[in-house]
Amino acid sequence: MTIRRILIANRGEIAVRVVRSCQRLGIETVLAASEADLDSLAARMADHTICIGPAKSSESYLNVVAVVAAAVAAKADAIHPGYGFLSENQELSKACSAAGIIFIGPTAAQLDAVGDKLKARSHAIAAGLPVVPGGEVGSMEEAQAVAEKIGWPILVKAVGGGGGRGMKQVHEPDKLIETMDMAMAEAQAAFGDPRVYLERYVSAGRHVEVQVLGDGENVIHLGTRDCSIQRRYQKLVEEAPAPNLRDGLREEMHRAAVAFGRHLKYRGLGTVELLVDCERDTFYFLEMNARIQVEHPVTEAICGLDLVAEQISVAEGRPLRLSQSDVRLSGHAIECRLNAEDWTRDFRPSPGTVTTTAFPVGEGIRIDTHMQAGAKVPPYYDSLVAKLIVHGEDRSNAVDMMRQALSRCEIGGITTNLSMHAELMEQAEFAAGGFTTAYFPRFLEQKIAAGGFNG
Amino acid sequence: MKLTNDDVQDILQLINVSSFNELNLQTNNFKLSLRRGGEGEWTQSSQELTAPNLLEPVVAAVAASAPVAAKSTLPSVDGLIDVRTPLLGTFYRSPKPGSPPFVEVGSRVEKNTVVAIVETMKLMNSVYAGVCGTVVEICLDDAQFADHDAVLMRIKPEGV
Repeated sequence: MTIRRILIANRGEIAVRVVRSCQRLGIETVLAASEADLDSLAARMADHTICIGPAKSSESYLNVVAVVAAAVAAKADAIHPGYGFLSENQELSKACSAAGIIFIGPTAAQLDAVGDKLKARSHAIAAGLPVVPGGEVGSMEEAQAVAEKIGWPILVKAVGGGGGRGMKQVHEPDKLIETMDMAMAEAQAAFGDPRVYLERYVSAGRHVEVQVLGDGENVIHLGTRDCSIQRRYQKLVEEAPAPNLRDGLREEMHRAAVAFGRHLKYRGLGTVELLVDCERDTFYFLEMNARIQVEHPVTEAICGLDLVAEQISVAEGRPLRLSQSDVRLSGHAIECRLNAEDWTRDFRPSPGTVTTTAFPVGEGIRIDTHMQAGAKVPPYYDSLVAKLIVHGEDRSNAVDMMRQALSRCEIGGITTNLSMHAELMEQAEFAAGGFTTAYFPRFLEQKIAAGGFNG
Repeated sequence: MKLTNDDVQDILQLINVSSFNELNLQTNNFKLSLRRGGEGEWTQSSQELTAPNLLEPVVAAVAASAPVAAKSTLPSVDGLIDVRTPLLGTFYRSPKPGSPPFVEVGSRVEKNTVVAIVETMKLMNSVYAGVCGTVVEICLDDAQFADHDAVLMRIKPEGV
């Protein structure tokens, strides 16, 4: 079936980005927006905008009934859920089927298989992938026992989580219960599922993921991304391909991701997240994200594809338009996430109204944003305001381009982390590439120790 | 007419070979300004002005559910310590839905007792009592929106 009208059940830069692809493909767009986003850039760009409820996401962007009712009322053929919110929600997928609307994403069964992180672990084992030691906990007593068995420090992860939400480190047994309570509250708020599980915390690890695309039969990979620059499990900088990986290891990771996708007969765009254990020179399966991801533009840059267009094509029931041998990866891409937060004050969020914007234009530079003069950054949603992506011939060229590009960005009226990215790009360790997730917190500590911070 | 990124690139190609260093373009639907920097690099500021094309909402917006921001101007009360929100956001009295509240009026708190959480931009921020004493007033309802610097609670300090 050909999709002619898409309801976008999301907000922010990803809503803008989906509108752009649809405009290029000649597909009509209807934006499902909360009351807080009715005059957002995405609302101005979409062919139509429909209000799905109050600002609070639980009553709008997380409301399956409201989203599907909007799609039916707008006579949409399909729903694009973006990332976060209902993007991996089986109820939305099922409600779409019931209403005769295409859900642009994997099947409900596949969402179940990977959405529940414990089920995903067992599928990974079944597909022959290595997993991090750990497991489910039903009670606080059990949690203590599991934690003692796998050893400290440990990670508390939301079963219904993803994208780093509801995931916390615990270093001492005393803090376990308190941390689990907090993680469960965040998981409940973000995903409507408070269950958590425990995993060993790998101290010298790199977060490397593989982009996959499947049509239900064939699965291909589009290379690796390195997302090791993180703070509290929120990615801040991503790059593709992952630099300084032993070739044999990179190919094993590609193979593992494709094997996992094949095992699920995966249909759609997905990401297999892996943890590279540098000390043991190996990797583990972490989870699969069954949606388009924030950092997808770095992959688009090196493979020359429009991943939203590929999602739509697969959702229409078409076979993959390219085979593995058609995939050519070239150059190196880096993305910086510009967030409305003050990195000098413990990353305090900075909601408000944007007064001015200026962004660089030129060959190899891409900006995905919903910011413009007058745009609001409401306190109800996440702090991402723009993504700056550069694509160079190689990594060192890309780092130079990013330095240049950052110096030409301006977002007035709110505090952003622009200067943090600018400083990070000057660091020798960043320029060298191949650092672990321990690098960025160390960089921050050094900044704090050097003074001028109120964190 | 919509202005796409490709359009901006086309415009850039045209003016790149010109002697102009700045281009300002405005229609009813958009504003675009392009500026050339000292090393020939271009920067753009754009603004989409098209008004959103709103369809009738399917779910009637409930006026009462719009968050009522708590006033930050509550007068201070002599002898009581105000616990203010660290950030603007949604005030929660319990660690998770269905759990008992962190504190009630009459609860004794230490300086580092967590008395509430405030959710801002999807982050849960713990609110600490900041003082040893007894909670005498909880100024906001659970899940109410706390504006900048709003007073969440008042505590009668001990040993003063």
